[in-house]
Amino acid sequence: MEFKPQIIAFLCKWCSYTGADLAGTSRIEYKPNVRIIRVLCSGRIDPTFVLQAFRQGADGVLLCGCHPGDCHYQEGNYRCLRRFLLLQNYLEQMGFEKERLKLEWISASEGKQFAELVNSFTETLSEMEPSKIKNIMEVLH
Amino acid sequence: METKKPKLKLAVYWGAACGGCCVSVLDVHEKLFTVVENADLVFWPIALDTKYKDIEAMPDNFIDVTLFNGAVRNSENEHIAKLLRQKTKILVAYGSCAHLGGIPGLANFSTKKEIFERIYEQSESTINPEKTKPQSRFTVAEGVLEIPEFYNDVRSLGQVVDVDYFLPGCPPQTERLVEVFLAIVTGAELPPKGSVVGAGTKSQCDECIRKKTENKQITKFYRPWEIVDDDETCFMEQGIICMGPATRTGCGNRCILGNAPCRGCYGPPDDIKDSGAKMMSAIASNLIEKDPQEINKILNDLVDPAGTFYRFSLPNAIFRRKLV
Repeated sequence: MEFKPQIIAFLCKWCSYTGADLAGTSRIEYKPNVRIIRVLCSGRIDPTFVLQAFRQGADGVLLCGCHPGDCHYQEGNYRCLRRFLLLQNYLEQMGFEKERLKLEWISASEGKQFAELVNSFTETLSEMEPSKIKNIMEVLH
Repeated sequence: METKKPKLKLAVYWGAACGGCCVSVLDVHEKLFTVVENADLVFWPIALDTKYKDIEAMPDNFIDVTLFNGAVRNSENEHIAKLLRQKTKILVAYGSCAHLGGIPGLANFSTKKEIFERIYEQSESTINPEKTKPQSRFTVAEGVLEIPEFYNDVRSLGQVVDVDYFLPGCPPQTERLVEVFLAIVTGAELPPKGSVVGAGTKSQCDECIRKKTENKQITKFYRPWEIVDDDETCFMEQGIICMGPATRTGCGNRCILGNAPCRGCYGPPDDIKDSGAKMMSAIASNLIEKDPQEINKILNDLVDPAGTFYRFSLPNAIFRRKLV
């Protein structure tokens, strides 16, 4: 059976979610592998959310926020950036492919870019193996 | 004549542990008299010569309270954990290893194969050209010899059996143990099953007396030996990783009052699921750098992020082992 990667995307309400909405209202087609979770700000994305998404079997996690300098709350997207870089270091140390975690800035007008981003990320993940983490993390009795 | 209240039956056992938890029990000092007045120690390998078969011979729920310290690393630990669960009314996971996996849990960064190769082939003091490794069963002329099987994963006690209470710490503060013990002896109302006892619910930072200046401008991280701290400002603000933001109160800020950053042995408070995730969040908030390359340069000072954030809690973390 063909491997269909599952992506969990955390999108900030002010820019990226609106951008994804624009992709929809503009009738742009993109891969259906992504499940979007709207958050108030990319600074709200707790690393716990990311780890939990992977733990429950997500093949990729996508973080999107406003472009640098455009954050509705001024600094939230920089916090997201620092958490993302630290998470990547951590994932690498845990033997997990850090390419499975992606951060991109999407503004409210970038519906097309969002669609392309989902397509390219889906493609990258399709070329990889399905994430084995769910089985490995099961506690054996 | 006054009828005497029946004595409590108390057991203390160690799984994969260093022995420090057993010593912390001994640290009750003269209160030990209060303990033996109210309780009979029926099983305590560090101090008494009770055999496993004596435990097996006990009826179910015979022991009132068992303090189980240490993680579950091999088949012996697992067998005794299950046995004691069956024989005990109140099973307490005592100390960081039983609570969250503790220091032995750091072995989840490796596999059984890697550990055996390192110990029995590669270590500097080993000469083993035939690559002999321990077998859990070995047949000799007299019969079969057996030693416990070494597992690939280290587990906390709660991942193996049903645990009534968790008493954190490496080792737990003896005062907390006395409080918990007195609560059981006096028949005080006990908290709901599965609770963490003998510890607070807030984070270390809530009790910390160090100055917090809100001056969150870390430009470099230091390991504790690389810098002389000023004895009064928040460790994190000076660029020294302190696990305070992700660690439960209960120890009385012991390390911080001794001018050493918190290492996180009490584990995360109730509202934090994963101490490492919380630390990543806290660290990101303490930097002001905005350029990805510069941020990475600062983050590269963190030599062993996973080992630092999960020093005592790897087996209970969301990512409970390294992926292989």
